Amino acid sequence: MTSRDRIFATLRAGLKHTVDDPARPAAVAERINRRTPNLVPQRAQIPHAEQVALFTAKVEALTVTVDSVPAEQDVPGKVADYLARHNLPSQLRVAPDPLLQNLPWSERPMLQVDYGPGRSQDLVSVTPAFAGIAETGTLMLHSSATTPTTLHFVPDHHIVVMKESQITGSLEDAFARLRDKLGTADKSAAENWPRTVNFVTGPSRTADIEGVPVLGAHGPRRLHIVLIADGTP
Amino acid sequence: MSMQITAQNFEANAKKALKDPNLRKAMQIIGGPMASRRVETARELPEFEALRDEGVKIKTHVLKHIDLYLEKFEQQLTARGGKLHWCRTSREARETILALCRSRNAKLVTKGKSMVTEEIGLNAFLEEHGITPVETDLGEYIIQLAQEPPSHIIGPALHKTREQVAELFEEHHPDYELPNVPGVKAGPRSTEPQVLVTEARSVLRDTYFKADVGITGANFLIAETGATVIVTNEGNGDLTQSLPKMHIAVSSIEKVIPNLEDLSTILRILARSATGQEMSCYTTLSCGPKRPEDKDGPEEFHVVLVDNGRSEMLGTELEPLLRCIRCGACMNNCPVYHSVGGHAYGWVYPGPIGAALDPHMIGLETARHLPNASTFCGKCEEVCPMRIPLPDIMRWWREQAHEKQITPPLQRWGIEAWAFAAKNPWLYRLGARVAIGLLNLLGKDKGKFTSLPLVGGWTDGRDFPAPQSGSTFMSQYKKKGQKSGVTK
Repeated sequence: MTSRDRIFATLRAGLKHTVDDPARPAAVAERINRRTPNLVPQRAQIPHAEQVALFTAKVEALTVTVDSVPAEQDVPGKVADYLARHNLPSQLRVAPDPLLQNLPWSERPMLQVDYGPGRSQDLVSVTPAFAGIAETGTLMLHSSATTPTTLHFVPDHHIVVMKESQITGSLEDAFARLRDKLGTADKSAAENWPRTVNFVTGPSRTADIEGVPVLGAHGPRRLHIVLIADGTP
Repeated sequence: MSMQITAQNFEANAKKALKDPNLRKAMQIIGGPMASRRVETARELPEFEALRDEGVKIKTHVLKHIDLYLEKFEQQLTARGGKLHWCRTSREARETILALCRSRNAKLVTKGKSMVTEEIGLNAFLEEHGITPVETDLGEYIIQLAQEPPSHIIGPALHKTREQVAELFEEHHPDYELPNVPGVKAGPRSTEPQVLVTEARSVLRDTYFKADVGITGANFLIAETGATVIVTNEGNGDLTQSLPKMHIAVSSIEKVIPNLEDLSTILRILARSATGQEMSCYTTLSCGPKRPEDKDGPEEFHVVLVDNGRSEMLGTELEPLLRCIRCGACMNNCPVYHSVGGHAYGWVYPGPIGAALDPHMIGLETARHLPNASTFCGKCEEVCPMRIPLPDIMRWWREQAHEKQITPPLQRWGIEAWAFAAKNPWLYRLGARVAIGLLNLLGKDKGKFTSLPLVGGWTDGRDFPAPQSGSTFMSQYKKKGQKSGVTK
């Protein structure tokens, strides 16, 4: 008997009253595939414009800075301002994502932009996000060919470029959007699931010494968002 | 050979802890800010109590079908290219992990915070076999330097003061240079937490990149997608699992949940109960190795699922403990934990959850004192996001200890004699009359006793008042009743 068999035998012995109920497998399959959220807090169930305002207020409360820009072409200028504000060298490690690759970086000739995953020498990364969650001021990011996730954790400064239309109310809304994006004609969302999904809520922190909150433990010390005002989805 | 157990010495451990001034200082933080942050964030979410009920519902449902959920999780994980290793015992888990490390010729392993790896005693085992594990969570790193076990499940080094941390860093980082003055050794350390955090960050940086294998825990296993989930604040867990060539997530079977909606619900109560945050900084779902087109991530992804006696809890009085999400709220709110700290409990899980769980995991004989380490104030059950009836379970363990004759004979006989008297009122009243009469006779003049046989626990700390009349409550009540016309 393998360990797996023995663990399952013990589990099933503990379920002795119900284990033979023929309705169980269907109930479990239904439960896994149920897409109805459990209780979602009222605070997340608000119109999109209010979600944007709540998202901004929540991230700012976590010391995240936000620059709102009217259009994509304004992003490089805001990124350059951020570097200047924090006395940072003008090297950027950028996710090879179409949105970011198509930005007019060349209008800021001082910026040295290169694309790829995070390396130990990278001080500043620029990445897109998949969604922003208003409820808690949380970013949802995931791995893909164009979004290496080491950029979310290795550099000291993480700059996220995203659009207002990507902001949702709740965690469940964000998962629903991801399922919609990943599901294809021949494969379910689960089958196309990315290696990793990262929820990021503010910069890295710790309270492991005497319970004192300190920012910049091992991940980025600062998180900055450039928010493109593209309106409601 | 798992973590060294000292639970059998709880009484001595607790006495020592009560005299430790550093621990007194540290415990004020846990009983103060850590407990009050939970109250504040819970208050800001009107649905908090209803969300707790939803969480209990999810976990209760899962436990009724846990075999099927685990099968589905395994199937999905395997389909994503991950590999699941089922381990019945700590020993099996240690050997499985060692074999995985050896398959990559690993010398250096980074570790994210994982209580299950503490439970199975992984670090000492890897070291014995020539592999260096480096803890990367700041608290775990501090206690690894101090060669101590964790004292709290989410803040493992909260028993250390900033001065003690600074001393440890001075001792273990002799070559550390301050970030803005390269070439100059740091010398005596500042005790500012910010400065100490910066030092740990810079010391551990290279290790993340050099490590051959990254080992993390997992707070949840999602049957829908086959993903493991870690919830952290520092970002160390993510560096640990995304930089090395192999990621091993070590978890236990009760962590499985059905789908992403259930994850959303439980995340809302987890961080609020643990640290008083609305969301921890990093919540990461991991699902298989890097895809062919990915530019980073591990080449291999393994999940080591440990049973270690959990499957035996199903269908017993202990089943509600399988709902635990390891938030630490019970210890943050426990007056006994605040007094003796986590080490006194003498095993991996301290506080009320440990008092209820440890007897099962390390044996009631060894852990028999732990269910007694409670004032039964009920605060732990009140704050537990999963509404685990911790006091009931501790009471059940006390009964077990009595029935199995694990409690010392004198205590057992005493309780049996008291029970006999309590069930026979005439005997109880007679006993009370004799005792009161005797105490009155012996102590009336002095008015108090400074020591008495059998109740040293009371008289060590304060005087025992001597009854000033030789009559019992019942006899006075009867007299009074006759006077005022009240009859019984």
